[in-house]
Amino acid sequence: MDAEVIAVHVKDLVVGFGDRIVLDHLSLDIRKGEILGLVGASGGGKSVLLRTLIALLPKQSGEITFPASDNEEIVRRGVLFQQGALFSALNARQNVQFPLREAAHLSPDLLDEIANAKLEMVGLSIDDGDKFPSELSGGMTKRVALARALALDPALLFLDEPTSGLDPIAAGEFDALIRTLQRTLGFTVFMITHDLHSLAAVCDRVAALADGRIAAIGPLTDVLASTHPWVKAYFHGTRAEMLHLGI
Amino acid sequence: MDWSRGLIDLPSLIAIDDGPCSLQAGGAWTLGNVERLERLCQSVSHGRPGAIDVSGVTALDTVGAWLFEKLARQHGRPSGEADFLGASADYAGLLAEVRGLNRRKPAEKPRPFALMDVAIKTARGFAADSLAFLNMLGAVGTAFLGVLRHPASFRLTSTVYQLGRVGWQAIPIMALITFLIGAIIAQQGIFHFRKFGAESYVVDMVGILVLREIGVLIVAIMVAGRSGSAYTAELGSMKMREEIDALRTMGLDPISVLILPRLLALIIALPILAFLGSMAALYGGGFIAWLYGGMSPAIFVARLREAVSVTHFEVGLLKAPFMALVIGLVAACEGFKVKGSAESLGRMTTASVVKSIFLVIVLDGLFAVFFASIGM
Repeated sequence: MDAEVIAVHVKDLVVGFGDRIVLDHLSLDIRKGEILGLVGASGGGKSVLLRTLIALLPKQSGEITFPASDNEEIVRRGVLFQQGALFSALNARQNVQFPLREAAHLSPDLLDEIANAKLEMVGLSIDDGDKFPSELSGGMTKRVALARALALDPALLFLDEPTSGLDPIAAGEFDALIRTLQRTLGFTVFMITHDLHSLAAVCDRVAALADGRIAAIGPLTDVLASTHPWVKAYFHGTRAEMLHLGI
Repeated sequence: MDWSRGLIDLPSLIAIDDGPCSLQAGGAWTLGNVERLERLCQSVSHGRPGAIDVSGVTALDTVGAWLFEKLARQHGRPSGEADFLGASADYAGLLAEVRGLNRRKPAEKPRPFALMDVAIKTARGFAADSLAFLNMLGAVGTAFLGVLRHPASFRLTSTVYQLGRVGWQAIPIMALITFLIGAIIAQQGIFHFRKFGAESYVVDMVGILVLREIGVLIVAIMVAGRSGSAYTAELGSMKMREEIDALRTMGLDPISVLILPRLLALIIALPILAFLGSMAALYGGGFIAWLYGGMSPAIFVARLREAVSVTHFEVGLLKAPFMALVIGLVAACEGFKVKGSAESLGRMTTASVVKSIFLVIVLDGLFAVFFASIGM
């Protein structure tokens, strides 16, 4: 991991709806090759930050730059939406093939092989590829969505609560999967999560969003030591649990 | 993975005749170059077995790694030797990752679109549709008997609300459309009857046609398109979001809670709309007879009184509740058939409108035969 290179640089970002300011002069650096976890209160602007970073929401002021990437790479970012956002009219394999089909001219055989390979990489079987999103369980939906997010080998992967709605075993497996794939493929991950196990197990750094700003950022132990009242309140109830995990 | 370099560094693949490696690869093996990569891989498909020298590769992604893996499988892995020579640590991890992938062939799928299969499927679909329709008719009948036995369980508020939606709110558009239809029939009649001086018979034509057939038919088709589709979409999205399951777990019957009020509203609304529609069509006809045919309203009404009898009017309106029943039942059946996807909701809504319009016209034909045979 190269700690020096910045993948995403956010400076003085202001985002709001009408009079309501959600992100208030927020600054954040995401390092290349790291997994950065973002925590924050519900309705506190986590999703707004993520959606602004992937240009789904307009910013009022401030700058977002991708110093480590060129234009093409910014386009090739992968996003895992909270509900998966799989195209319901396409089966799992076609969902993974969709971005590939748009990006390059692959022969049908290769397209199938690549899609099957991606599905297997995220721990699904080839036969799961024939299933439609309505036939998939929650965990499988997340896996297919991850396979689709990874279809173009993105340098930057955005995950919106990847383990929400999964049982602890499935969530643990999904965490391990993200970690393994990140090591193999070497992408940068920005993930929103409420799952403290995820924060402890996979995140290199943790950022806490409070009052529209980053209240604390750093390795989990540093964030745990933060004196910011909201950050203390967030981690207080679970500190014993974290100690149990050996943090 | 550097994409800008990937665009500049054209990939290459050279067959080598001697040495430990049979193939030497270079350049960017990435998705952006995939067309060229596929051609390269095909061109060396008959080479000798051996390892692949990847030291010249400048960029590699999953697509490139998979193509290498495919080459290695085609050329046979030499035992005890590394398949890929000169891979950097980054690439070696990726190449190792794809090694276990795509090992199993997907299960053979049955060949689609065999003519016999399609015929069988269509026949089965038709049988299943008929069965579902009868099933729904029975369920609604049972629910209706239940309401008759316990009138307190009838959902009056819901029925009145639905009546407002499918009846009251539909009046303007129904009146406008039927007014125009009446006007068009009158205009065409006057234009063509004028040639043999039978203009006054336009009143007979408009009166009988509107009251017996067109009034109720146009209104029923409009209702199928306007309200039947809405019913299907509503019930379908309720089914998708498990609202109907929630009702069942609360011990409530979705048929009597959701479908009976909608169906009754439709059965009440359609005759009223058909009556209003027929009147609007007669107005349209009279209006055009006055403007275009020069027949004063007083004469039009007098001729109309001679031309039509209450029987024609009865024949028209008797059909309306049955058409409403068919539209409502088809809408409910199709709504309950919706599966999880947004696409299936759209497909079922389309099917609902198409099937109910088809059945309304078939029903109209059957009624025509029936009324002719009893002399009405």
